[in-house]
Amino acid sequence: MQRIRLRYTKRGRLRFTSHRDFQRAFERALRRSEVPMAYSAGFTPHPKVSYANAAPTGTGSEAEYLEIQLAEARDPARLRELLDASLPAGLDVVDAVEAHTSSFAERLEASVWEVRLDGVEPADAERAVAAFLAAGTVEVERRTKSGMRTFDARGAVCRLEVAAAPADRPGDGPCAILRLVVRHATPAVRPDDVLSGLRATADLAPPVPAAVTRLAQGPLDEETGTVTDPLAPDRDAATAASSTTAGAAMAPGRPS
Amino acid sequence: MSESVFPQLEALLPHVQKPIQYVGGELNSTVKPWESCDVRWALMYPDAYEVGLPNQGVMILYEVLNEREGVLAERTYSVWPDLEALMREHGVPQFTVDAHRPVRAFDVFGLSFSTELGYTNMLTALDLAGIPLEAKDRTLDDPIVLAGGHAAFNPEPIADFIDCAVIGDGEQAVLEITEIIRAWKAEGRPGGREELLLRLARTGGVYVPGFYDVEYLPDGRIARVVPNRSGVPWRVSKHTVMDLDEWPYPKQPLVPLAETVHERMSVEIFRGCTRGCRFCQAGMITRPVRERSITGIGEMVDKGLKATGFEEVGLLSLSSADHTEIGDIAKGLADRYEDDKIGLSLPSTRVDAFNVDLANELTRNGRRSGLTFAPEGGSERMRKVINKMVSEEDLIRTVATAYGNGWRQVKLYFMCGLPTETDEDVLQIGDMAVNVIAKGREVSGSNDIRCTVSIGGFVPKPHTPFQWAPQLSAEETDARLAKLRDKIRGDKKYGRSIGFRYHDGKPGIVEGLLSRGDRRVGAVIRAVYESGGRFDGWREHFSYDQWMKCAEETLVPQGVDVAWYTTRERTYEEVLPWDHLDSGLDKDWLWEDWQDALDEVEVEDCRWTPCFDCGVCPQMDTTIQIGPTGKKLLPLTVVK
Repeated sequence: MQRIRLRYTKRGRLRFTSHRDFQRAFERALRRSEVPMAYSAGFTPHPKVSYANAAPTGTGSEAEYLEIQLAEARDPARLRELLDASLPAGLDVVDAVEAHTSSFAERLEASVWEVRLDGVEPADAERAVAAFLAAGTVEVERRTKSGMRTFDARGAVCRLEVAAAPADRPGDGPCAILRLVVRHATPAVRPDDVLSGLRATADLAPPVPAAVTRLAQGPLDEETGTVTDPLAPDRDAATAASSTTAGAAMAPGRPS
Repeated sequence: MSESVFPQLEALLPHVQKPIQYVGGELNSTVKPWESCDVRWALMYPDAYEVGLPNQGVMILYEVLNEREGVLAERTYSVWPDLEALMREHGVPQFTVDAHRPVRAFDVFGLSFSTELGYTNMLTALDLAGIPLEAKDRTLDDPIVLAGGHAAFNPEPIADFIDCAVIGDGEQAVLEITEIIRAWKAEGRPGGREELLLRLARTGGVYVPGFYDVEYLPDGRIARVVPNRSGVPWRVSKHTVMDLDEWPYPKQPLVPLAETVHERMSVEIFRGCTRGCRFCQAGMITRPVRERSITGIGEMVDKGLKATGFEEVGLLSLSSADHTEIGDIAKGLADRYEDDKIGLSLPSTRVDAFNVDLANELTRNGRRSGLTFAPEGGSERMRKVINKMVSEEDLIRTVATAYGNGWRQVKLYFMCGLPTETDEDVLQIGDMAVNVIAKGREVSGSNDIRCTVSIGGFVPKPHTPFQWAPQLSAEETDARLAKLRDKIRGDKKYGRSIGFRYHDGKPGIVEGLLSRGDRRVGAVIRAVYESGGRFDGWREHFSYDQWMKCAEETLVPQGVDVAWYTTRERTYEEVLPWDHLDSGLDKDWLWEDWQDALDEVEVEDCRWTPCFDCGVCPQMDTTIQIGPTGKKLLPLTVVK
């Protein structure tokens, strides 16, 4: 049974798609593009799709991941094109590789976020970031299903810096752009929590809601604070496999 | 005035529930360039997106209009109070979800009313759009506000708020109206709104309330309704589309990202119904029966599934098992989609048209949910009064077959408050449920058998034989339902196998007021809206007390009250508020059928007996269109 890992986006107005909404849309796209899916057994069979670590509703993303299982093998590049054409613009399938390794979800160690703060002077943002980074812990509150919860938003942050605002951005008011690398931990620390932390430590209060986009997620290099491509091991394994006479069936790490 | 308001809206969306419902971008939605079109429609289903999006009527008109060169249609839905408050605070107008254009920028603002409970939502949308609430205050900068849908068969309660109404099928009507608007605009809009509305009214198929004066008798009844412009007809006709195969819409059903109430591909397999249930407005106003052919249905399902990726197909109509070729349709579709895990459903099935072969075909591809039937009346006598000719023996035989074939759950729908009904008639519902359970236990050999009884209050509707009937008061409805509940709960042997669901009588009284109301009821709707009334179809938003308070304040000074509109029986001579809207039904025939109801005399279906002269076919120049065609669905060629 072939497994394929996909990277997809939530762009523009479709960033308001919730994860449940995306799941329904994706399963319908699978039907429209007649992908030969493997189905779960049971009374109401479901196509075998596993989703990893979805971004919150309202947050844009360039790097969401899922894995599908097929009943018949397909070319990943062709499959990517078909699914991308079948999904609404904004939900774009941008990468596809055949799975040759296990523990994919565990490779998603950290995320890179871009947080655009319209109406905030970059200098104010710089001061707030410095105060946040200087703190050992920053307690924040978030409303969860079980009520208000207090936790540390500082520990999971590997990097936080103010980036230069792009010259072509719309509007002429001040604008600060934050770049944020956050380790995936429990409880999850979201960009919103870091913003709460900036408010708590330095009274940074953006006048309009922040525009948040996940730029990448994957393995974290702790020393440099960089995040690498989580699909790279599968790509490497595929290259290695195709260059040996043994073929893909003998590729290292491939589960039986 | 057609710029997108999305940037302003976008800033509000992080603060509202389920923002996805406001962003558009659904699969198969259409955005045409504004300047490329000279007639532009904003179509509204005046309820929340999750209810409005799957509505077939809006979907059909949206596609029919957008297919036309030089015409565009966009959709708009009611926004929830959280977004409404933010829109008012930030000055964001009512917008379409397609290109987020302000509704006021369109030529026509068309609203589809499946139910009267959307009237307050219309006022919210008009106000948010910046369109004056009353037609008389509108200018050339405002769209023509047009009402359609089943509730538009009596548009009098909203006569002050709409510019016009169209009754019947919309497919051809919207195109005819489009051409009239196009010509008027091309000529430089001569004579303003008045002239455009006159041109529409003179076709005989568009009702313009402002062109009719209503005169009242001293006792509050209507004396007469008179046209006040020359060339405006005394009666306005309904529209009827003949040959459904020529109108295979929707071809590209909308697939939302947000979750909605119906997540399936719906194909209307026929329109109209001549079973003649006397309470059923839909069955009366959509005559005659017009079937889509088996091959036409097969093609729509095939294309629709490819366009949507839905995993369930609903075969829609007022009584789906009555299609002359339903067996072959169900078998053909089940064969075709056996490997694709596509489920089939028949939303409306009569007990006497049910057979187990059909049910087995429908559930072949996996799902075997409960069976639902609607005997509507608990006693044999009651079913004669309403002309729902289903005997208890039929029902018991059907459920016995179902339980014997593996079904474990049967749902039964009833109404309470039907004309001539007594406590005894309603209590017999309990006996019926007990008999169903007893039979189920017997044939299945299991005690794990469920029967759910679901009851709603009956609301007399215009253009039906019960349009003259007194409605049962909310108090009496509730008392009768309480007796039935006690009887079912008190049954030691069977009570625990019977589920009992009911709606209290209060919403029905408001629906009754709006259904059979006249122009004086408009003041109540406006007062309720102004005191915050919204989403009256939703239990958590509906306020009976608010409606009654506003009715008291606005109706009593006019010499009438809620009881006058609801629990009062009408007489033969009374001019009814909707008499000048011609559904094709002969008023004398309706009256005779009302008398037959009181005499417990049944009327057969004209599909398999001679014509009963209801009047529709000669009046509207239509005929019944039914099969069988004798054709079968062939397997689709599989392209790998």
